[in-house]
Amino acid sequence: MKPNWMTTLIVAALIGIAGYAALFLAPTERTMGLIQRIFYFHVPSAWAGFVAFFITFIASVAYLLRRAPKWDWLAVSSAEVGVAFFTVVLVTGPIWAKPVWGIWWTWDARLTSTFVLWVLYLSYLLLRTLVADAERRAVVSAVFGIFAFLDVPLVYMSIRWWRTQHPQPVIAGGSGSGLDPQMWRVFLTCWAALLGVLIVMLRQRYQLESLRHTVEEMTVEAERRNADLERIPSTQAVR
Amino acid sequence: MPNLTRAATIILGKELRTEFRTRELLSTTIVFVLMVVVLFSFTFDPSASESRRFGPGLLWIAFLFAGSLMLHPSFMREQANDTLAGLRLAPIEPFAILTGKILANFLFLLLAELLLLPVFAVLYDVRLTPVQGRLLPVMLVLILGTLGLTTVGTVFSAVASQARMRELLLPLLLLPVLTPVLIASAEATSGLLADPPELPRTWLAFLVAFDVVFLTATWLFGEYLLEE
Repeated sequence: MKPNWMTTLIVAALIGIAGYAALFLAPTERTMGLIQRIFYFHVPSAWAGFVAFFITFIASVAYLLRRAPKWDWLAVSSAEVGVAFFTVVLVTGPIWAKPVWGIWWTWDARLTSTFVLWVLYLSYLLLRTLVADAERRAVVSAVFGIFAFLDVPLVYMSIRWWRTQHPQPVIAGGSGSGLDPQMWRVFLTCWAALLGVLIVMLRQRYQLESLRHTVEEMTVEAERRNADLERIPSTQAVR
Repeated sequence: MPNLTRAATIILGKELRTEFRTRELLSTTIVFVLMVVVLFSFTFDPSASESRRFGPGLLWIAFLFAGSLMLHPSFMREQANDTLAGLRLAPIEPFAILTGKILANFLFLLLAELLLLPVFAVLYDVRLTPVQGRLLPVMLVLILGTLGLTTVGTVFSAVASQARMRELLLPLLLLPVLTPVLIASAEATSGLLADPPELPRTWLAFLVAFDVVFLTATWLFGEYLLEE
């Protein structure tokens, strides 16, 4: 495996800067106070997660059209990284909500749709563990990956019409919304740092998947040769 | 296109014949939904007004669960005698096979729903009929919701049939993807059964959009599931 030391170091430094910026450089929010600083990791994680799921979608379509295994590796790597990011979102959310809303969780539109999204991609990962043959696994999970991604806007819209309590988007959320310029700079730093994390994890996971593929091919080949050996009667005699 | 229609009709006919010779699917589905409806009243013991409020949601949850059980044999039955290979060898588009199966499942589930709706109305004291113009929109919600459910469900039945633990896997794949259908259908139904009833235009449009999105996705990508 090629070591990605340079990228990893840069991203680690970026995360350090982003953490410092979020904790010390960003101004304290007027009503929510310190706990609002979790926003600098909560929202960028969600954005990074969406990017990851979008990559899964593109890779799934590309796999069905081109049939190169590398697209399947990219799809699964990206889905796994996306699930990791959304786990961060689902953990940091309640930590923020408890002091601000007074409850850990509420069945609000954003929360519910994020939860559904997370379950959707968990079932994608589960599906992959249950198909033995590599090519069939790639095909069926590509189709499911496409269906899951098409479902995302529908889930989001249906739950939003159903009810909402989550703070309205502060970024591009219409009149009365908006961030302090300093908050913006910190926010974008964190967003860049988490995109860096996305890239590092995606690369690492992709290489792991390609190694797994090699092992799988070798195992199949070894089993085939083994079976061939047993079929030759003379081996009995030689032994 | 005429070839596609003809092939899909033949597949549909085959599915209908298989079902009406055994009547396995319909009977199990109906009994299952009845059980869910009865169990619900045991566990929550709702008053008359409560049951009218929860009713539509409960009904759609029962339909959704019934669908995720009923759609399962759609491709599994083909595996027992490897008849899917025969279908695959036939000189028809793969999409025709899926369309025929989607239509058959749609008809089965819709029929079960139509038989269950009056029972449900009696048990939960919901008036369905006499008010002018109510039955037609209710039918429309049933049709659109069921079409969305069976389209995704049939495709996922083909997905699950190629995996281990199929029986568990299908509901697992299906239920999160069908969340929008559940919300839209339940909201539309409760709007129609409310007093005074209101026509849920947004939700109907939403169901149409859902059906169109996933029928198109099936048309574009469904055939990959049928290759060997």
